[in-house]
Amino acid sequence: MNAVIDAVRVTHEDVGGPAQPLLSVRGLIKHFPLKRDPLSRGRGGNAVRAVDGVDFDVKKGETLGVVGESGCGKSTTARLVMQLIKQDQGELVFDGMAVGSRALALREFRRQTQMVFQDSYSSLNPRMTIEDSVAFGPLVHGSAKRDAIAVARGLLGRVGLDAQRFAGRYPHELSGGQRQRVNIARALALHPRLVILDEAVSALDKSVEAQVLNLLLDLKDDFGLTYMFISHDLNVVRYISDRVMVMYLGEVVELGPVDQVFDAPRHPYTQALLRSMPSMEPGQRTESAPLSGDPPNPIDPPSGCRFHTRCALARAACAAEAPAMTQQDGHAVRCLIHQPDSGYAASGALT
Amino acid sequence: MTATTSPLVSIRNLEVAFQAGAKTVHALNGVNLEVGRGEAVALIGESGSGKSVTLRALMRLHPPRRTRIRGEMVVDGRDVLAMNASELAAMRGPVVSMVFQEPLLALDPVYTVGRQIEEMVRRHTGKSAAEARARALSLFERVRIPSPERRLQAYPHEMSGGMRQRAMIALALSCNPKVLLADEPTTALDATVQIQILLLLRELQRELGLAIVFVTHDIGAAAEIADRVAVMYGGRIVEQGSMADLLRAPRHPYTQALLKGRAHGAMQKGQRLETIPGSPPDLAALPPGCSFAPRCSLAEAQCLAKVPDIVPVAAGHEVRCVRVA
Repeated sequence: MNAVIDAVRVTHEDVGGPAQPLLSVRGLIKHFPLKRDPLSRGRGGNAVRAVDGVDFDVKKGETLGVVGESGCGKSTTARLVMQLIKQDQGELVFDGMAVGSRALALREFRRQTQMVFQDSYSSLNPRMTIEDSVAFGPLVHGSAKRDAIAVARGLLGRVGLDAQRFAGRYPHELSGGQRQRVNIARALALHPRLVILDEAVSALDKSVEAQVLNLLLDLKDDFGLTYMFISHDLNVVRYISDRVMVMYLGEVVELGPVDQVFDAPRHPYTQALLRSMPSMEPGQRTESAPLSGDPPNPIDPPSGCRFHTRCALARAACAAEAPAMTQQDGHAVRCLIHQPDSGYAASGALT
Repeated sequence: MTATTSPLVSIRNLEVAFQAGAKTVHALNGVNLEVGRGEAVALIGESGSGKSVTLRALMRLHPPRRTRIRGEMVVDGRDVLAMNASELAAMRGPVVSMVFQEPLLALDPVYTVGRQIEEMVRRHTGKSAAEARARALSLFERVRIPSPERRLQAYPHEMSGGMRQRAMIALALSCNPKVLLADEPTTALDATVQIQILLLLRELQRELGLAIVFVTHDIGAAAEIADRVAVMYGGRIVEQGSMADLLRAPRHPYTQALLKGRAHGAMQKGQRLETIPGSPPDLAALPPGCSFAPRCSLAEAQCLAKVPDIVPVAAGHEVRCVRVA
């Protein structure tokens, strides 16, 4: 079965060697304009600033975890990376080649980058058998029908769905876990190098989630994949990721090796997010909420540091000065406390 | 559970089946559960295990024509299954009330939240409009909604997720219920907001002497709120006991597998996760005997012969498995 996959495997050349990031994202901005009717009482900006200046690299062969609360821009970032929506500003460089340039046309880029979505049902065509769904990508990209079906059957077997029994079924005939396996098989059908998993296991029951996580780890080894793993489940992110990126209101606030971020978080938001995890110890329950209120509205984000309205350590400087990313030992943080030349130390209390 | 006074909620041999076309879905297959006054009990399990069905049955929210309910449910000394429509309406709100997972669907979009609370107060207590307004305001303060006067005038869509869930809790508390049923109230919320709502529920339980039945699939959330926990599988409770007992010494193979994957340090990097093979049972075609047996690594022939009885293994700790009997 693996021979079948290998035979049709399209090899994508590694261009820049292992040290060059597989994907570099620089200055990514996406604002969704709001429809304004003259009678609306709304105030503030006229766009949802979903992604507002995001920079990061995905290294070859790693799993980059992305965490953050709803509205922080993690899914929009994923869609921008996939080029499902067009950025307002910013640049994507895939293995040294600008995406959409002559060196790497969009069509070619999409063979190498695939995505798995949260809702396993709505992301499959209900009128196609799962075999046809998985074979669809290779067909569109020029494989012969027979080859595409062979790849599909091989991959279905690889994700644990016996092709004899399952190939002819429709999505509604499968359970949630089985459907998500189909989506994973479909994402692999073009032999991509980067797979974006956007809350791919979040809708699954715990016992099924563990099966799918094991499968993802196996596939990563077998196919030499790089993952971008978006989730709100911090336990799962810690388990699967090599590095983790924390987002808040359209910005990256912390990015570093997973153990450093989880064991010694530097940004006050990351610290609060980690302390918000239930304790799992009835004798040591959480006594006070680490953060009050909900995240602010990305239409009208706070001035200066976007987190200053909820931050216990905020001072006057935080409302005035927007922090920059500061790097130390491959662990970056966007906070004035960690920025040596910032006005934080000399600043008075926040009024 | 106290032996001297009767429990506030007592469910005995509850069976619920839904008619879905030619199929009969056996959602609950003999559930026994008691909840004392002021006690917080968590029902945990995967989707289709019967947690939400149990809650809804307790308020008789299932469509009567397609649902067959058998067994016994007593709440505050009264038989819920014997109630007629007006008795049910009198129970829903002042005795038992419910908080749902998605407040945006549960609240009425065309009325302000203040108006919805006032309506409930006036309908059940016969208070004047001014008294009901004052009550709504005090409830909003109780659930710690900032600038409560202004928020009472808001429509559900104008509030954030955490605020809506607080408003939903205020609505549920408006007639001083004795039991609050919470159906995954924090599942749709972000982590930093989830913990705020869990702390609020705990505070209400303590200060108002409220009994809470909390349904969740998140063991972490259950550990934060519940005194006692019941694990459901295939429409039955397979293990129940104190939260501490279950986390430290789970006895049912399903509970063990469920908790093993989640306890601290269980998800070790680079190691494969321990999984339960297969998927949850089809409730329209349940296997005979223990419904977990087809996925259980320890299953024997006798597991399939008959449904095991639930037996005590320690004080207040019961398990439904032939291996402990």
